[in-house]
Amino acid sequence: MLKDITLGQYFPGNSFVHRLDPRTKLIMLIVYIVALFTAASWLSYGLCLGFLVAVIAISTIPVKSILNGMKPLVFILVFTGVLNVFFTPGETELFSFLGLSVTVEGLSRAFFMMVRILMLVTSTFLLTYTTSPISLTDGLESLMNPLKVIHVPVHELSMMMCIALRFIPTLIEETDKIMSAQKARGADFESGNLLERVQALVPILVPLFISAFRRADELATAMECRCYQGGDGRTKMKLLRYKRGDYQAFGVGALLLIAVICLSVLGL
Amino acid sequence: MAPVLEIKNLNHIYSAGTPFEHQALTDVSFSVERGEFIGVIGHTGSGKSTLIQHLNGLLKPTSGQIILDGKDIWSDKAATRQARFRVGLVFQYPEYQLFEETVYKDIAFGPKNMGLKPEEIDRRVREAAGFVGLTEQQLQVSPFDLSGGQKRRVAIAGVIAMEPEVLILDEPTAGLDPVGREDILENIQAYRKAKNATIMMVSHSMNDVARLTDRLLVMNGSRLAMDGTPVDVFRRAQELLDMGLDIPVLSRVFLELRRLGLDVDQVYTQDQAVEVLRRWKEAHHA
Repeated sequence: MLKDITLGQYFPGNSFVHRLDPRTKLIMLIVYIVALFTAASWLSYGLCLGFLVAVIAISTIPVKSILNGMKPLVFILVFTGVLNVFFTPGETELFSFLGLSVTVEGLSRAFFMMVRILMLVTSTFLLTYTTSPISLTDGLESLMNPLKVIHVPVHELSMMMCIALRFIPTLIEETDKIMSAQKARGADFESGNLLERVQALVPILVPLFISAFRRADELATAMECRCYQGGDGRTKMKLLRYKRGDYQAFGVGALLLIAVICLSVLGL
Repeated sequence: MAPVLEIKNLNHIYSAGTPFEHQALTDVSFSVERGEFIGVIGHTGSGKSTLIQHLNGLLKPTSGQIILDGKDIWSDKAATRQARFRVGLVFQYPEYQLFEETVYKDIAFGPKNMGLKPEEIDRRVREAAGFVGLTEQQLQVSPFDLSGGQKRRVAIAGVIAMEPEVLILDEPTAGLDPVGREDILENIQAYRKAKNATIMMVSHSMNDVARLTDRLLVMNGSRLAMDGTPVDVFRRAQELLDMGLDIPVLSRVFLELRRLGLDVDQVYTQDQAVEVLRRWKEAHHA
């Protein structure tokens, strides 16, 4: 069912990672990605992997749900792997297959690329698993604040993102409901050729759009009733403030980045 | 006569094998006779909606059987599809599923999916519109130009047009004003009389179910807690209150009278109340 999609889901919890300031987590994610792309050796990859495993352990997120989130990635992973195995130029040929040669360099490169993608995705999952959508947009808004100088509508962007995230589960539920209702009238979504299947979507999409507009309208009215008039002069109930844990996290992140950079400069 | 629907040891578990596993139905069994008007009552989350979605094959039971006219609806694909048409299901707030340009086309959606001939579709649409009191002009307008109550009736007509032998409605009167509620309930009665159809109605209005139905199913915590005539069910008024359910106003009055030591039967309709009180008065004046 549609409801089973886990991508971007938030797992409520109270671990050290959960309690970190969302800005810290966002910056750490960027630092981690930079480190990942700088890493070029077994040792530096090992460091990155160790860091990730430690964060997963601290966050108490079940490994199973992280692995479940990886399922949609299998195709990209295999594709990347195959491409790199066959199309990396190298000296030490192991064997050739249909005129394409498989080299040691190709194999190791494919392995690194796949591990890199896996770690990249896992780290972003950790961000969304441990941060509620509301605090994530709060963090984004606060980080992008300097852009206001060049007239980027930061507040409006983050409000839009916040509302969009808030309504994803609602709309999924609504789609499920409409689908059941049309199935009860004999609509058939599973058989027929492409054209018939596209036509079968009309009875779902029309009510879905109408309800999305209706909800948007109601939400706008509700916001106006509470005197919402944009970001100017708006104060926050929960002020973001860096605490000791955040500085510790920054320290660890900086160490990781420096270590990886040193390792690649030294060519280890 | 053989029952039109038989439900045998029905179990349903949502998201089986995940941390979100949830048993929504536990060992539910009952059978439905032709022409019955059954009320389904129960607390939110008691399994009512899950139950009714099994009856037309929208949900597949984890275990157990649904037998329609002597045939298991999951025995083959054709039987499942037949169940969709022979057991009509009207969801909560059905007006949100309207999508066609005109009321006529929207009501015709179901019959069209059944693969009927154009003349037959036309007959059914007009007849269904008649049952719910839509006029000829209203058939040609966009459903989105109608009022809330009228939209609801269009949606119900859309299911009635498939001429189901069993018509199931999930809170058909939710969110309507008293006049609108009464109209819808009368439309349902009219369809039942004309086609000798079986009606199952989920409702939170105890006064409505007490007045209209001749049998009540009470769901509580994924199980079928009671199954009997309204007289039998409302006699157990205290149990219903313990389940967090409402009871008809008069049942409440009589429950209180009994608590005060008055030796009267538990009743739920006005006529019964008058009758019981008259008998009590005669007994005490003699």
